[in-house]
Parts: sequence; structure tokens; C-alpha cells
Amino acid sequence: MMLIDCPYCGERAQAEFTYERTLDSIVSLDMPVEEVLARLFSRANPRGEDRELWRHTFGCRQWLVLRRHRRTHAIAAVDPYAPDDPE
Amino acid sequence: MKRYSAMALLRAGLTGQRGWERAWRDPEPKPHYEVIVIGGGGHGLSTAYYLAKVHGVRSVAVLERGWIGGGNTGRNTTIVRSNYRQKPLHDLFDFALGLWEGMSDALNYNVMFSPRGALFLGHSDADMTQLAQRGDALRCSGIDAELMTPDAVHRLVPLLDMSPDARFPIHGGLIQRRGGTARHDAVAWGYARAADAQGVDVIQNCEVTGLVMAGGRVTGVETTRGTIGAGRVGICVAGNSGPVAAMAGLKLPIEAQTLQAFVTEPVKPMIDTVVMSQSLHCYISQSDKGGIVLGGDPDQFPSYAQRGLPIRLEKAAAEAIALVPALSRLRMVRCWSGTTDMSFDGSPIISALPVDGLYLNGGWCYGGFKATPGSGWCYAHLLATGESHPLAAPFSFDRFATGATIDEAGVGFMPQLR
Ligand SMILES: Cc1cc2nc3c(=O)[nH]c(=O)nc-3n(C[C@H](O)[C@H](O)[C@H](O)COP(=O)(O)OP(=O)(O)OC[C@H]3O[C@@H](n4cnc5c(N)ncnc54)[C@H](O)[C@@H]3O)c2cc1C
Ligand SMILES: [Zn+2]
Repeated sequence: MMLIDCPYCGERAQAEFTYERTLDSIVSLDMPVEEVLARLFSRANPRGEDRELWRHTFGCRQWLVLRRHRRTHAIAAVDPYAPDDPE
Repeated sequence: MKRYSAMALLRAGLTGQRGWERAWRDPEPKPHYEVIVIGGGGHGLSTAYYLAKVHGVRSVAVLERGWIGGGNTGRNTTIVRSNYRQKPLHDLFDFALGLWEGMSDALNYNVMFSPRGALFLGHSDADMTQLAQRGDALRCSGIDAELMTPDAVHRLVPLLDMSPDARFPIHGGLIQRRGGTARHDAVAWGYARAADAQGVDVIQNCEVTGLVMAGGRVTGVETTRGTIGAGRVGICVAGNSGPVAAMAGLKLPIEAQTLQAFVTEPVKPMIDTVVMSQSLHCYISQSDKGGIVLGGDPDQFPSYAQRGLPIRLEKAAAEAIALVPALSRLRMVRCWSGTTDMSFDGSPIISALPVDGLYLNGGWCYGGFKATPGSGWCYAHLLATGESHPLAAPFSFDRFATGATIDEAGVGFMPQLR
């Protein structure tokens, strides 16, 4: 995964991007506290694919959703992050 | 177990080195154990040893999927120290340091613990303030800490770039003289041999692939060498904590990340202490073989690749060379990676899990080697009695829900920021 194909900028070096968290750990203010805790402080942490929120921090600064394999680093998809989409 | 001694070495030297017995048995798994420890790293093996030695629990198996010590125990930069700022951390690590000091004798195995001093450099007034605060906190807890002037630092490590226009000017330091390094493989082998002598089965090439549950309770493990029953099961698998906990349907406050280290060609002694920094993430020490051992940042995103980003090595090398310019003349001969279990506050978890009979020792991030004996001591206490050892009580699984986190770096609850 040395290259990430930003939907806005094209292929860029991984060093331009920062990992934020998994998609399933995003919380909203109206969630019950148990759900917030579960989402913030636990991770499936699979030895395989997960969906992750990344940011093209040192490029266009857009938030992105990566479907990425954590052992091979293969990236199956990079999509713009749309907060209202159900994950 | 035949004891190792100078006399035994001499005798074997005169008789052609014949007659050494194997250091630990290679047993077949039994159908049932009182306690199963998953993971044959230093933490798992020391746990088993103290279960037998301190608590008299001898029906114990350590199940290791590869060879013992082949995980992070055999991949780390071997820095041992207890000078953390937070009290729960320095109390636990200092208890461990006490055990390090007597380990070679206790195990009858030379773990080459070398208390050569662990020095943190300060590069600014702010760094020195933080180091002074940390030193005060340590001394209040009775732990040795000594603030050093730039001159004293220079005398200790003459090769440091002390010039005022250095890339990282050196304003002083904080040293823990009891800190140092140890031989990582020997720690795994020494605990395995001593545990074996107490009746513990150390079983290699035995991967745990599932947990056996009955009535909401763990009653054993599925392995590549068959099903094995157990009264209690202790997870102790470092970077693989997530996948093993998932076997019980649990999610942990842990994310796996890659951390690298590298070593130069061997040279004559040039740095006889461990050099670290309050502002940089770069640590330098010289192995007994002469190689300069260097480490830096983790990759800062989840990974099980056991292969890290080249830019992390480049950054660590650049920082090390800025601190000790003579290093620029050395060739790097090897680099490697381990999968570290990054917890959300940077501190470990030694705790019962919300499934009966199942326990976790993990989340040591990239700092667990120094804890090896203390971690095993406390985990053995938990697995033998079902109660947390007082030193381990703050490191509970539920501290994220209660807010009682132990955040040494003060960066908030994000594993990738450690
Ligand atoms: C590059 C690097 C540098 C480091 N530097 C330092 C340092 O200077 N100082 C310090 O204090 N700490 C350091 N650390 C951290 C330290 O290495 C670890 O915290 C510590 O060694 C963890 O020990 P362990 O016994 O828990 O894990 P490990 O030694 O990783 O043991 C876990 C074992 O579990 C086994 N396992 C996993 N899954 C299964 C399964 N399903 N079934 C059976 N067995 C399984 C693995 O094969 C492995 O052998 C560093 C780590 C790395 C990677
Ligand atoms: Zn972009």
C-alpha cells in the first residue's frame, strides 16, 4: 500500500495520508452512551480486511474510506467519505 | 534439570561438550490442564513459571504456534527501565526491574541483564522541565532518577553532538542507572527451561485456532494439535490479541501495528548506555556483539504485515545521526518488524475478560519487554487466584468505560498516536 488512489488527486504516496480510525468506530452525539463506549474503545482488529477512515492530510485534506487488507496492505477500494451514508 | 555453572562448563569443555541435556522437554499435549497460557513469548513463559513456582499450580501448558520467543520477545530492542511518569506504570515496571536484577540467578540462566543506564536527553527548556517533573515523581515513589547537566551527559556519552547549533541541541538529561538491556532470546529460553523444570509443558508448533465454550464458560482450546481442556485460559499473544479474542466473540481496546528496529555492523564499544530522547522517538544502544541497535516510530496505522515502512527507518536513522554524528559512518546490516498490540491509552491490560475462565495479558504496545518478569508475576497471580494482583489492578479491561485510563503520553485515546 505504498500508493493510495485518492478519488480527488489520483495515486499519491502513503506518506501523504494519515489513518484516523475504523469506520465502525465513528460516533454521533445522539447515540446511547453504551454504544459510544463500544464504538470508541473496541476494535474488531482483524488480521484481514477492514473499512477505515483515512485523510489525505498532506494533499487535498479530504476524508476517505479505505477497504484495506491489514496483512497484505492490498487496497480494494478508496471512496470519498460521506458522513450520512449508513456504514 | 541439570544446573548450569562455571564448573559444569569447565568439565564439559574438557570432555568434548558431550552430555548436555536438552534445556526443556518437547511434550505431547495432555488432554487437560488446570491453566493454559496461549503464546510462548517472554510474558507467557514467565507467567507459567510463576504459576508453578509461586502458586504451586503445576498443571500448566504454554501453547506456542511457532517457536518460543519468535514473536516480539525476539524482535525488540531490549531496553529495560522503570522510569515512567505515571505511578501505576512505574510501580509495575519497577517491580519488574527488581526481578530483572535477580533473574539470571533465579532461573540459573544467563539473561545478560546489563544495567548500563537508561538516559533520556532533553533538547529544550520544556524538555528539561518535563524530565525534572518525571524525575521528581519517580523519586517520590522511591525509584532512582538523576537529572544531568549537559556536561555530565557529555562525559557519559562523549560521541553526542553537544554543539549549540546541533540539529537537536542537548540541554541535559535524566538517567535511570538501574536501567539497561538484556539478551531477549535468553529470557524466553531461561523461563522455558525453569518452567519446564517445575513441570510446565512448553508446547511449540501448536496454534490455538478456537476456544471451546460450555455454558458461557471457556473450557478449553482447539489447536492444530487437537482439542485441549482447561480450567482457565490466559491469552498472552501480543500483536495477535485481536484475532484470539475474536474466538470468544470479544473486541478489545487494541489495534495491531508494525514496529521496526534495525542494527548496524558490529564495531568496538562506542556507546555504553541506552540513549533515548524526551522529544524524539529514537533509541540507541550497542549490543554485546557490537552492533548499534536502533528503533523508532511504529507505522501509525493497523497492520499485521511484519514489514514496516522504509520512511520510519529513515527518520530513526536521521535522528540517531543528528544525535551521534559518528553513526553516519556505519552500515545498517539488518532490519525487522514485529506486530505490536497498541492499546488505546498506551498501557497494558492484565485482566479478566467478560467471558468466564478467559483472561487477557496484552496491549503492551512497544514497551513490554522490560515488563516481562513483572507481567508474568501478576498474570500468574490472576490466573491462580482469580483476583488481580494489586500492581495490576489499575490495568483492567473496563478502564476505558470508567475513564480511569493510564495515558503516559497524554495524547488521548488513539492507538495510532502513541
Ligand atoms: C521492534 C520492536 C522493538 C521493541 N523494543 C522494546 C524495548 O526496547 N523495550 C521494551 O520494553 N519493549 C520493546 N518492545 C515491545 C516488546 O517486544 C513486547 O511488548 C513484548 O516482547 C511482548 O512479549 P509477549 O511475550 O507478550 O509477546 P510475544 O513475544 O510476541 O509472544 C506472543 C507469542 O504468541 C504466539 N501466538 C500468537 N497467536 C497464537 C495462537 N493463536 N496460538 C498460539 N500461539 C500464538 C506468537 O507466535 C508469539 O510467540 C518492542 C517491540 C518491537 C516489535
Ligand atoms: Zn486527495
